[in-house]
Amino acid sequence: MPPSDNRAAPAAADTDTPDTGSLIVFDQVVKRFGDLTVLDHLDFSVAPGERVTLIGPSGSGKTTILRLLMTLEKVTEGTILVGGEPFSHMRRGDRLVPASESYLRARRKTIGMVFQQFNLFPNMTVRKNLTEAPVHVLGLGKEEANARAEELLDLVGLSDKIDAHPTQLSGGQQQRVAIARALAMRPEILLLDEVTSALDPELVAGVLDVLRTVAETTDITMLCVTHEMGFARDVSNRVLMFDQGRIAEAGAPEEIFGDPKEERTKAFLRSVLDNGY
Amino acid sequence: MFWDFQWTWEVMPDLLQGLKVTVQATLLGYLIALVLGLGVAMLRRVPVLGTLVHAVMEFIRTTPLLVQLVFVFALVPSTVTALTVGIVVLGVHYSAYTAEVYRSGIEGVAKGQWEAARALSLPAYRTWGAVVLPQAIRKVIPALGNYLIAMFKDTPLLLAITVTELLAMAQRVGNDEFRIVEAYTVVGFLFLLVSIPSAFIIRRLERRYAAV
Amino acid sequence: MEFLIERLPLYLEGAWVTVQLTAGGIALAFVLAMFFGILGTRSGRFPRAVSTVYVEVFRGIAALVIMFWMAYALPIATGFQLEGRFAAILAVGLNLGAYGAEVVRGAINAVPRAQVEATVALNMSWSQRMRLVVLPQAWAQMLPTFGNLSIELMKATAVVYLIGVADLTAVAQQMRQGTGETVLAFMGALVLYYLIAQVMILGIRLLERRANRRLGRIPSDGGGLLGLLRPPTPAAGGGK
Repeated sequence: MPPSDNRAAPAAADTDTPDTGSLIVFDQVVKRFGDLTVLDHLDFSVAPGERVTLIGPSGSGKTTILRLLMTLEKVTEGTILVGGEPFSHMRRGDRLVPASESYLRARRKTIGMVFQQFNLFPNMTVRKNLTEAPVHVLGLGKEEANARAEELLDLVGLSDKIDAHPTQLSGGQQQRVAIARALAMRPEILLLDEVTSALDPELVAGVLDVLRTVAETTDITMLCVTHEMGFARDVSNRVLMFDQGRIAEAGAPEEIFGDPKEERTKAFLRSVLDNGY
Repeated sequence: MFWDFQWTWEVMPDLLQGLKVTVQATLLGYLIALVLGLGVAMLRRVPVLGTLVHAVMEFIRTTPLLVQLVFVFALVPSTVTALTVGIVVLGVHYSAYTAEVYRSGIEGVAKGQWEAARALSLPAYRTWGAVVLPQAIRKVIPALGNYLIAMFKDTPLLLAITVTELLAMAQRVGNDEFRIVEAYTVVGFLFLLVSIPSAFIIRRLERRYAAV
Repeated sequence: MEFLIERLPLYLEGAWVTVQLTAGGIALAFVLAMFFGILGTRSGRFPRAVSTVYVEVFRGIAALVIMFWMAYALPIATGFQLEGRFAAILAVGLNLGAYGAEVVRGAINAVPRAQVEATVALNMSWSQRMRLVVLPQAWAQMLPTFGNLSIELMKATAVVYLIGVADLTAVAQQMRQGTGETVLAFMGALVLYYLIAQVMILGIRLLERRANRRLGRIPSDGGGLLGLLRPPTPAAGGGK
């Protein structure tokens, strides 16, 4: 497992120059929806293989970070670099211009995302959900894609559901298929957006187990927005506490959960625990 | 350029006269469709008779208006004017559509409303008139409006029974002068002149009533 | 009855022409509806404007006016004489295609945004997204209205009789003039139109069932041919 390096503890909310070893760099990123500022001059970076958990009250901008990385939203100001390449903009000569669709597609290649509401395709069987993009987007052969799908379904424990329709699966099963679907694209970065929030409580553990396995057996860089503090503690190298579009506190999970410095972090953790998460 | 503006300008009064007949037939036919359609929709709640009426309406709705026009025109005594036949057939044909619209509106009224009316021992005409219809009709106003535009665009069919509406007028003046291109093109534009603003108004209505 | 049985072959010939015109019209309308409907969902201003112009113009003009223009004005303007049947297919196809384009646009826009986002997360291109995800899902929603529009189109083909094509309506008119039996002559044609419409309705229900099954929505009434005779949902309004 790659090191989570020495960037864990210090005040990450402050501006630091993006270092070249980082896979993901947010540099002074601002995101506004109308008058609402969701991300406020945000700086942070993620090293290859790092597992970062984003926590914080709803509306603090965590999900927006994932959506920006998935190019589902565009930055208002600032720059995002992934693998050293600008993400929100592309280089033209020595200037940065708004990224074109083909440029975005090239950048997106390394990134996968799992959504809160699973978003499986209802017009396809589980098998098709797992093979369509590998075949059409990555250009894999049918057999290879199928083999990959079977392997991944085995990983998430749903081999017997390969020919089922998404509507025939429980929420937890759908989410496990959705994780397999994202992994089928062999991403270097996996974005997990509140993947257990839409599930009935008894189905949460199964999904988290799958993600623990993924974390243990691969070196995929993971950014995870979650309210599952136990999971965050087990899996992540670093926890970022967000509040009002800024990083309120950052550190190793033991520090954030065991000995939070910021009052906001304490209050947030209390409220999460009170709600039975 | 073969387009003759001078001629177009000269026949414009004739064409507008044709447009007047078109609009007249549309509005009167629409009136019939609105009233008759409502009657049909209400009758459909009556057992047996309702099924029968529905079957007849289904037949009218799935067969061409043009054939119905020519058929009825051939049946009625020659004392009835072609325009009258046209208006009535147009109205009856479209009442098959408006009846469906009303029906969906009536079915959309909550069951509790009927039950409340019964609990108050309201007579049938008050139940319909004061409780059900005001709620049902409000919701279907945009859909009804769409059929006004649809009817307007079906009026050229009246030329088949010798009504001199817009298209027939264009045919007449165009043939006289051998100016068919101008005549039919102007008809097309006149149609757009009426139907595009109407569609715009309907969309406004949709937005207004969809919010309720 | 004897009157009709004797003349059945003639009616069937006319009905066959009507069926051909309907099939041709539906094929054209479908292609136009898909093309301009999808164009109307593009983000660019220009493609959307092209789509809007097509829809507003051909929805706004009566099919009969379009057909007269094709049949009588076009030859004079261009020297190119369209065959009557082609003029009719073009007219009803252009007209109903404009209605259909709005249906396609609406159905595509009704596909949940989350589905589109999932295709972005899988790095699909626009055409892959449309072909693999959006259109298959929008299809089920388009079908009922497409069904109504197809019936409207079939009825609209009756106008060809006005430019001298021997369709079902023309046969009825010819019968009436030949025999004076107004009621029988026209009822014969109307019943055939009605039957054509019923067959079309049945076919559309079959398609709807298949589309819903593909989306994992399995009909609760057990299916079977009998189930087809019942409408799936109370159809609201008509196609127009």
